[in-house]
Amino acid sequence: MDGGFWGGYVWPGIIIILQIIAIIVPLIVAVAYLTYAERKVLGAMQLRQGPMVVGPWGLLQPIADGIKMIGKETIIPSGANRVVFMIAPMLTFLLSLVAWAVIPFDYGLVLADINVGILYLFAISSLGVYGIIMAGWASNSKYAFLGAMRSAAQMVSYEVSIGFVIITVLICVGSLNLTDIVMAQEGLWFAIPLFPMFVVFFISALAETNRSPFDLPEGESEITGGFMVEYSSMTYALFFLGEYANMILMSGMTTILFLGGWLPPFDFAPFTWIPGPIWFALKVAVLLFIFIWVRGTMPRFRYDQLMRLGWKIFLPFSLIWVVLTAGAVVAFDWLPN
Amino acid sequence: MIIETIAFYLFAFITIASAVMVISSKNPVHSVLFLILAFFNSAGLFILMGAEFLAMILIVVYVGAVAVLFLFVVMMLDVNFAELRAGFLQYLPIGGLIGLILLIELIFILSAWVLAPEAETVARAPVPGGDISNTDALGRLIYTDYAYLFQAAGLILLVAMIGAIVLTLRERVGVRKQKIADQIARKREEAVAVRKVGTGEGI
Repeated sequence: MDGGFWGGYVWPGIIIILQIIAIIVPLIVAVAYLTYAERKVLGAMQLRQGPMVVGPWGLLQPIADGIKMIGKETIIPSGANRVVFMIAPMLTFLLSLVAWAVIPFDYGLVLADINVGILYLFAISSLGVYGIIMAGWASNSKYAFLGAMRSAAQMVSYEVSIGFVIITVLICVGSLNLTDIVMAQEGLWFAIPLFPMFVVFFISALAETNRSPFDLPEGESEITGGFMVEYSSMTYALFFLGEYANMILMSGMTTILFLGGWLPPFDFAPFTWIPGPIWFALKVAVLLFIFIWVRGTMPRFRYDQLMRLGWKIFLPFSLIWVVLTAGAVVAFDWLPN
Repeated sequence: MIIETIAFYLFAFITIASAVMVISSKNPVHSVLFLILAFFNSAGLFILMGAEFLAMILIVVYVGAVAVLFLFVVMMLDVNFAELRAGFLQYLPIGGLIGLILLIELIFILSAWVLAPEAETVARAPVPGGDISNTDALGRLIYTDYAYLFQAAGLILLVAMIGAIVLTLRERVGVRKQKIADQIARKREEAVAVRKVGTGEGI
């Protein structure tokens, strides 16, 4: 190692920690204001005002909610499996944060530029189900258990089609690196040639984050909050933060795979003045608006309809598109590299 | 180097410790959770070896899919611990025999590794030349050199899948299912009828 102990280990370590803080702090703020945005948008859709009391236009509402959460008592049910019960929310929150390590916000603006970036994201998002299953099992409550069972089946089903959609994009890129995936979309975003896959991916992302209309694991009108029915205070807050951070993550993933990441929509003057991270944030914000919009308009799927959509429609459809894309790429000699 | 060494011993220790916990913990759900931890740490070991593709596939396939279903099944099982322990002595000989066979195989592998390290290089497939990532290298080996073996492996998995479906498929009579095609194909004339109803008469 050059530079000895300090130059070789300590300074790089400090720099990495600062970089991590520079990603996580804006993320937490974004999560807090996403909850505010959700309440405002839903309010507007239902001809209400949403939060208006705390601060101007209710802008301090998320902070007030956070303080209220911390101030409450954490209750562990007497029949619960204490260790697993406490690990589950931490795991959910942790997994929603670690995935951000590979997300590129601009060319070279990424914490870890690994060459299997998209697989890393896929792996981390497939682990999200454990927080929910562990919570449902450890709570020792029938509603929580029902929620966990639904979630396990749902997330495994939709992961398959997400995998095929990712493969379709990778065929067009020829690399698993997220920066390469974005750079391959210069001039033409994949949302245009692969539009059906974009739709399938977005709907699967809704299912993967347990958002309406796929919110069966929570299903507050059927199973009273599902897997998190026994959670209170900070343990509940961690699930809540994890869910919203996952929403932002899935929107970021959609942006990188289909909407050209940090690239401006047109490669000329007024658009190129705006820096890349702002384009990235704008695209993520539009997708998040659609997340909330869907919640405001769609009724919840019934369980058998959910399974039918995942296995009988999305899976064959995305499989056909994989074959079709591969065929087109080979036939017209569009192979990357 | 020291960071890699520390990371290696950390991953290796947690892998072995959680593997021990898998077979020694009393609660089967805890066993599965420890199994997942073991998978996860072996993925870490793969990354230290520079095999990042295999590490990610290990997590996606084993942790993300296989272990989820495994946990799913184990959680649903109503396990009676007293009954489980009752047969312990009865199954001890066959269990011990399987353990012994596994131990002998492990000794064979380890002794080959120690006594004749060159045997490994002979058995190993030649790595495709050039400066390529290991995702590329794996792809070239699997899809060009070993395409038929790969297809055969796929067929075996397909047979296993069909077998599982055949074993659990049953036809039940009198089940009401939503037939979406029928709902969409239904015309207005079949569903709605306009009747003239006189006052105080009914239909």
